[in-house]
Amino acid sequence: MPFPRVALFLAPLLLAVLPAGAVPHVPSSDSVVVERLPARATDPRMRELIGLRAAWRRDPADANAAVRLAQAYFDQAAAEGDPRYIGHAQAAIGLWWERPDPPPNVRVVRAMLLQYGHRFGEAVADLDAAVAQQPGLGEAWAWLAGIHMVRADYAQARRACTALAPLAPPLIATGCMAYVDSLTGRAQPAAAALRAALQADGGAGAARRQWVLTRLAEIEEHRGAVAPAEAAYREALGLDRSDVYLLAAYADFLLDHNRAAEVLVLLKDRARADVLLLRLALAAKRAKDPAQAGWAADLAARFAAAQARGDTTHQKEEARFALAVQGQAERALALAQANYVLQREVADARILLEAALAARQPAAAAPVLQWMAASGVESVTLRALAARIGALR
Amino acid sequence: MRAALHRVGALLALVLALVMHAPAQAHKPSDSYLTITLADDAITGRWDIALRDLDFAIGLDADGDGAITWGEVRARHVEIAAYALARLAVHVDGADGPKCTVEVGAQAIDDHTDGSYSVLPLTVRCPKLPKRLTIDYRLFADLDPQHRGLLYLQAGGVARSAVLGPQAPVQSFDLKEASRLAQFFDYLRDGVWHIWIGFDHILFLLSLLLPAVLVWGGRQWRAAETFGAAFWSVVRVVTAFTAAHSITLTLATLGYVSLPSRWVESAIAASVVLAALNNVWPVFHGRRWMVAFGFGLIHGFGFASVLVDLGLPRDALALALVGFNLGVECGQLAIVAVFLPLAFSLRRSWFYRRLVMIGGSLVIAVLAAVWLCERLFMFKVLPF
Repeated sequence: MPFPRVALFLAPLLLAVLPAGAVPHVPSSDSVVVERLPARATDPRMRELIGLRAAWRRDPADANAAVRLAQAYFDQAAAEGDPRYIGHAQAAIGLWWERPDPPPNVRVVRAMLLQYGHRFGEAVADLDAAVAQQPGLGEAWAWLAGIHMVRADYAQARRACTALAPLAPPLIATGCMAYVDSLTGRAQPAAAALRAALQADGGAGAARRQWVLTRLAEIEEHRGAVAPAEAAYREALGLDRSDVYLLAAYADFLLDHNRAAEVLVLLKDRARADVLLLRLALAAKRAKDPAQAGWAADLAARFAAAQARGDTTHQKEEARFALAVQGQAERALALAQANYVLQREVADARILLEAALAARQPAAAAPVLQWMAASGVESVTLRALAARIGALR
Repeated sequence: MRAALHRVGALLALVLALVMHAPAQAHKPSDSYLTITLADDAITGRWDIALRDLDFAIGLDADGDGAITWGEVRARHVEIAAYALARLAVHVDGADGPKCTVEVGAQAIDDHTDGSYSVLPLTVRCPKLPKRLTIDYRLFADLDPQHRGLLYLQAGGVARSAVLGPQAPVQSFDLKEASRLAQFFDYLRDGVWHIWIGFDHILFLLSLLLPAVLVWGGRQWRAAETFGAAFWSVVRVVTAFTAAHSITLTLATLGYVSLPSRWVESAIAASVVLAALNNVWPVFHGRRWMVAFGFGLIHGFGFASVLVDLGLPRDALALALVGFNLGVECGQLAIVAVFLPLAFSLRRSWFYRRLVMIGGSLVIAVLAAVWLCERLFMFKVLPF
């Protein structure tokens, strides 16, 4: 073949991202503000980062300084939903990135960054190696539990939670096990255990309580206990409103209960994060909000930009967008299927069922139906979708 | 008065929509956009680098207030150019080939989804005209290993794109003109392929061809007497269809006319229904070529959307257009070449005149009617 056909297909994609139509401009005066940085240098969080960065610069070979800096950038990425910080974190442990045997604490950070890019297999290998060397590394066990949950490997997740229990505060230990229980046919006792733990540990920090409350809210929501779910979501949001994951989960809850208008209020200043922009676009479409076309165009541009750099970590969100906003059932199904190979949580299962239904391809739903039967997951939404798929066959 | 009020209301809603939707600056991994163009033996380029990344690398926000002004950027243009050029090398041939010099012109600002970028116009001078270009890209590799340089390279009528970064910092690109002939045949093949897998086009054509070996005599179809008569009847239909869709294919591809694809696709389905029903209850028996021409105009829009999806080389537009169109004709002629002798030999049989002609046309009409509903109301029943 004289020239790759792929280039022909990629080129228009890149053209969509490239500023082909846009003409660069020269601002009219020196005082024009051309860019706003995420934070001032005097912001306390920024100052902490600058301090950690300086310590790392002094001795980039100091693993502890590197891990502290990488960890701080990772936390920043999680709070802001800004992936640039993931790159900075990777640079901080750059000396060890390609090495086969970094120290255990470096392995844990490397695993955190790998899983961010959905490289779950490599992340698990790092974490397994870290706990083999240092079994008391609670953080490594926590990440192992989380990744095994995402991959629907509940036996391994349970093992990690068991190892974590003596190392972590009781609230986290209970939360870990309840998370596994809730997806393996024991949702009600799991919710009760979380409530009891929250009550027993009234003095736990806000971040910890918020994490447990989010888990509780999701478990109740899956069971179909709407009022308790909402109460837990609201209590979690009352602690801190910055967590991207929590906001996305609550927005989905509102969307499921035809409260799109509340989503528009909740997320109106948070469109920078793709996952939250998706919820805005979905809510605007439902509420027939005039901003609908604008949000949708923004999101489409971001997916195009991600695709142009070869990033496929947005497949779940892109599938939901394709299905609910663009009305492209078949594309949504392909995306949801590709996503389900890597991620198998309730939300991943749900979009695959919804897309299979819309595209009228019940056979595509088979992996989810098998998982539902094997795990004993209790989700009213999934069960209703599965019934509709069954009717389609 | 009421109507006027309504208009004002609608206008207000529109204005509100524009005001309320201030595009949110996205959170996005770091990318730069590098465009390189080889034309008339000169190499030029443009490199867009995010101000936010440049600030992280060399510090642009001089007063630390979190806002970067044009003055702050302008004061650092020399450093920006030096920093960027130290991390980009262009070689003739391989990575060990002679190095080209790269110069940065007057910088400006452009806006991308995730913020403002400094735009660096590039002039590349190579010791000799390259047949192969190697790009060595190291921008921000030490600060953000997830940074990528999205390259768009245009030369010899072919656009190539590549993702540069620590995962693949050195990449080579063949600039030998992709043979025009090979490119032409690629489009030709796409055209043939499209007509063969485009059931709606085939069925439209068949609906018009089925009666070509027959003659409408009063109340029923009778066999055509000579092969010549049937042949010329086919030629008229095919030529009219071809002329019509060539016109709209060209107009739409060049961007002179544009119709919403949902309506085009629906109209194509409708044309199949009408053409098929015309065989059962003839209205246009003598002048089928006019039907072919009229509806051919609509089918041309359908072909155009396929061609645009394939991607069009900007400087070889005519080549792509002619190649694709000829491909469509070849595909059509192949169908005719199989159809005509077969139909002509069967034309006197009851099988052809009743079952194929009437039954077949009815089946086609029903099928196309389902397509029409699918396309109009956006649902899916048929697997094709």
